[in-house]
Amino acid sequence: MRESIIMKIHYGTALAAIALVAVHILMRLTQGFAESLEYDSVIANYKFLPYAGMLEIILILLSIHGFNGLRVILLELKQGRTYEKAVSYGCVAAMIALIAYGSRTIIMVNTGMT
Amino acid sequence: MAQTPSLAEESGSTPFSSSQSITLRIARYNPQHDSAKSFMEFQVPYEKWTTVLEAILEVKKHFDHSVAVRYSCRQATCGSCGMIINGKPRLACFTKISELNSNVITVEPMNNFPIIRDLAVKFERLFDTHHKIKPYLIRDDTEITTNTKEFLQTPEELEQYIQFSNCIKCGLCNSACPTMATDSSFVGPQALAQAYRYVADSRDKGKDNRLKIIDDSHGIWRCHFAGSCSQVCPKGVDPAMGIQLLRGYMLGFRS
Repeated sequence: MRESIIMKIHYGTALAAIALVAVHILMRLTQGFAESLEYDSVIANYKFLPYAGMLEIILILLSIHGFNGLRVILLELKQGRTYEKAVSYGCVAAMIALIAYGSRTIIMVNTGMT
Repeated sequence: MAQTPSLAEESGSTPFSSSQSITLRIARYNPQHDSAKSFMEFQVPYEKWTTVLEAILEVKKHFDHSVAVRYSCRQATCGSCGMIINGKPRLACFTKISELNSNVITVEPMNNFPIIRDLAVKFERLFDTHHKIKPYLIRDDTEITTNTKEFLQTPEELEQYIQFSNCIKCGLCNSACPTMATDSSFVGPQALAQAYRYVADSRDKGKDNRLKIIDDSHGIWRCHFAGSCSQVCPKGVDPAMGIQLLRGYMLGFRS
């Protein structure tokens, strides 16, 4: 993939994440912080599908943006064909792993595994 | 290593006849013999118009002939005498001692360039990246075959790039760039500014080709807009602005 396409995705995910995290923070303001982090409250949030969907999108956006940022930093620190390939594939793998782990929580709640 | 040699007697040479003098600290390093950089100190007389290059040449003439320095035109045109002067990349011929407001002047070789010896550095990387972005007009026809008439431009079209054509390839921008310090494959502000210079030229037809060259993992996207390149440019080229304008083409804001 061309670097310009990757960077367009990088900027796009940042802007979208800012908007959605703002919505997420506003949603959290509807109740107190301590109350918000109670077990039942968290489970209820995950069971409310529109909100759970938004959390999933935030997870994907931040994972893509964060791991691409990490890739860029690592590419600037050291150069070399093997190293650069390892960094790029490693960041993609870590990104997929993090998204899968975060999604697993939402899926577990909604399939009654909790 | 620090020493203060006495003035060598030399027939036919006339040191500056001034009551003012500064301490000139010159970085000495020969990669073939030395493990680390050291400094030699010289007391050099100066006038209010004396440049750092003239002070270095004074040292070469009267104190130590072996100081290695590259220079040519002495008028900020050839771009040969770039060096770090009191911590900032500058042209030695374009920097007056009196404007530095310091009794001690330290001169070192430019950062981000391999050192040949003392103040002289290798320019291969700068010239390679400059060459890589195809710094010439690309088009199928030529001025000669088109009724032997020059390609005309409006003043507005000229305005788009004229500032960027003032680059003298002195390397000060690359020396100041923080990305150049860690990324050995980065194209660098000099080449990117020149890429913009040709992309913005209405006579040029090689825009897509050139944008493709700089659109890689060590290309234009590795610029973090520190802006230090523009701060040190002695010709007012403003490479940082050129890079941002070039990004406009890549992101589709400009065509």
